[in-house]
Amino acid sequence: MSALFVLISISIVVASSFLAAFLWSVNKGQYDDDYTPSVRMLFDDEIKPVTTTIPKEVPKKI
Amino acid sequence: MLNENNLCTYYNFDKNPGIKAKGKFVAERFAYLDDATTINKLVQYCSSTQTNVTFSLPQMHCSSCVFLLENLHRIEPGITKSQVNFQRREVFIIFDPVAINLRKVVELLAFIGYEPALSLKDGSKKKKVTYNKKQIYQIGVAGFCFSNIMMLSFPEYFSSGHIEQAGLKEVFTWLNLFLSLPVLFFSASSIVISAWKGLRKRFLNIDAPITLAIIVTFSRSYYEIISGHGAGYLDSGTGIVFFMLIGRWFQNKTYDSFSFDRDYTSYFPLGVSIIQNGTEKNIPVTQLQKNDCIIIRNGEMIPADAILLKGEASVDYSFVSGESTPLQKNMGELIYAGGKQCGSAIELQIINEVSQSYITQLWNNDIFKHKKNQEQSFIHPWSRYFTLVLFSVAIVTAIYWSIADTSRLLPAVTAVLIVACPCSLLLSATFTYGNMLRIFGKNKLYLKNAGVIESMAKADTVIFDKTGTITQSNTSQVLYKGTPLSNRELAAIKAVTRQSAHPLSKIITATLGNVNNDQLLTVNGFKEFAGKGIEATVNDIPLKIGSSSFVNEPYEPEGYGTGSHIHVQLNKIHMGTFTISNQYRPGIKEAVSLLQHKGYELHLLSGDNDTEKNTLTRLFGKNTDVQFNQSPQNKLDTIQQLQQQHKNVLMFGDGLNDAGALMQSDTGIAVSDNTTQFSPACDAIIDGANIRLAPQLLAYAKAGKKIVAASFILSILYNVAGLSFAVQGTLAPIVAAILMPASSISIVLLVTLLSSFTAKRIGLK
Repeated sequence: MSALFVLISISIVVASSFLAAFLWSVNKGQYDDDYTPSVRMLFDDEIKPVTTTIPKEVPKKI
Repeated sequence: MLNENNLCTYYNFDKNPGIKAKGKFVAERFAYLDDATTINKLVQYCSSTQTNVTFSLPQMHCSSCVFLLENLHRIEPGITKSQVNFQRREVFIIFDPVAINLRKVVELLAFIGYEPALSLKDGSKKKKVTYNKKQIYQIGVAGFCFSNIMMLSFPEYFSSGHIEQAGLKEVFTWLNLFLSLPVLFFSASSIVISAWKGLRKRFLNIDAPITLAIIVTFSRSYYEIISGHGAGYLDSGTGIVFFMLIGRWFQNKTYDSFSFDRDYTSYFPLGVSIIQNGTEKNIPVTQLQKNDCIIIRNGEMIPADAILLKGEASVDYSFVSGESTPLQKNMGELIYAGGKQCGSAIELQIINEVSQSYITQLWNNDIFKHKKNQEQSFIHPWSRYFTLVLFSVAIVTAIYWSIADTSRLLPAVTAVLIVACPCSLLLSATFTYGNMLRIFGKNKLYLKNAGVIESMAKADTVIFDKTGTITQSNTSQVLYKGTPLSNRELAAIKAVTRQSAHPLSKIITATLGNVNNDQLLTVNGFKEFAGKGIEATVNDIPLKIGSSSFVNEPYEPEGYGTGSHIHVQLNKIHMGTFTISNQYRPGIKEAVSLLQHKGYELHLLSGDNDTEKNTLTRLFGKNTDVQFNQSPQNKLDTIQQLQQQHKNVLMFGDGLNDAGALMQSDTGIAVSDNTTQFSPACDAIIDGANIRLAPQLLAYAKAGKKIVAASFILSILYNVAGLSFAVQGTLAPIVAAILMPASSISIVLLVTLLSSFTAKRIGLK
């Protein structure tokens, strides 16, 4: 029956780790804004090919 | 400019992005942002290498906006990072103060079309966010402990306290005790503190009985566990806390991007340019003194009552009165604070300090000094009865058992207090109102808090403002009366008005938009007389358009109500007049008659003159009290009088001139055509187009009260069932454990479904 004690302690540990993860994510501000990131993730890729082709500006000499 | 910085993809994200920067961009406008005290008020963090600042940008409206604003560092390398919070319409910017200064950042934002709404009030909002976080932590902890305690209590339920395995029962109950500690000391703290505060003010608020239930439940459970008697009721105890917190969170979900408590400081600019000894200088608006000479540029707001010294003033008072047509002012005339200059820069001499100005005087009225006393929710009296009944049941139980069997006295009394928790009573109200707030929000009525639903339900008198509330501020109706004009003549008029920047000319040009003429028109000698009219010759025929004095025509057409009359004189013959009047919002007539049918007393308070009386009488019926030429103070007084007659007043209004009246009324609803923009202090904000739904919205508020009452009855039934076990002293943990969540969940489900269903039945979205 000692298996039961082990299992319960494991279950508590697992559950606490979920609680810790939840508290961490709230603290990190992951629930502050639930709209903008969904828009933001669409941006980056489309610009990259353009930015790599920018020629470096040579400062003009007077 | 976007092209230069490889941001062309901006336009790929949304079919119609970008509202163009309004008006001409004047570089000097943000000069006040060089002032150190102003900067200190705005920035959140400042060091030699970085500065953090948050701007609120009400213009933000689509995904392209997010894209552009998050790529500011490409346009301006001095900006290190910019992050958007779309729902709050805010952007958080980190920039390098060596490379760029605050003023340049603001100018850049204004240049790309997102002029930040800067006000002295910003920067004090940060506390709210941390508070909400604490609430979420509390819910998280309570939820975790509750579910684990529930799980560990299962063996107890099904074996009725007899667990074969030695030691297992003790381990479970001690684990429960350990798990319940954070709930008691962390999660429940806000409830206990609120109850304590209420008691100290000698007011028995709804948190008091809950706190009592929590304390009794936990202490009895701890006693049972420590003495080894039983397993206690920790599952119910943590459950109460968890459901209460959820209910509160649900109700407190507010509209982040709205601000309901504005006063004049949030409208007025931060700084202003003054002329001192011939040089221009920027000072914060609060330091402005009498007789100072100030410069107001295009689009800037006049911060204090002043006299025009130089330049042509065309003042847009749409903030103040809701009337969007600018007023022409001549040299030496008095200009009231709150208007915006449209056109070239003007010089003004201040005659009243900001706090003494006409419009700010409104805020010095007593009603703004103390907050509207939040009327007690109608559940509060109920909860008081409930507490009384509960205590009498407990006392009767105590007396009975003290005679019959003293050993069962304590268990029975504590069981009464545990099971009869008012939690389901409270949940019914919080969840009903929470769901109703959401439904109101869908119909574009945004309430400040749930208390507004109750005050809406109580209202018996409805007051409307005219301009901007029942009329549309952005569209106008143009009527022509007189000798019919040929297509060619119309085209000639259009050709002339097109050259004028006056708003009335623009309206006429827009109305004549589809007039086409195949002949070539040559306009010569175009002259515009400010405040009078325009003059020109078209194909050598003289044409004069303007006021009656301008064309020497005393005749004013009748029956077309207010608005501006524009006379047309062609070839020295008076042809007719264009009447530009405000258009009433569609559906107003139906809404008004429906409200009257339902027995509401209607009033109309208009700041305008009474020329539109006939139209309004037709709209509102003969018995409605319609008052014209009402000053802001008049409106406020009228509402006070009505309240003295024990009327419960609900007011629809807009603009700063209604701010006092909205504050005075029991429910003040601000009407706004653009809900992200400014609105005066109020209890709720409604989208202008949806004011026609007023009768339905009021009916829904009333229905809400019934739903809460119905769910009260259900929760009282649960309480009676629970109490009948408890008074006998036979409350098994399983009964408490089943009754408590079952009642909470069923009530939450019932009120949510009922309120959504009622909304559909009434005809709301």
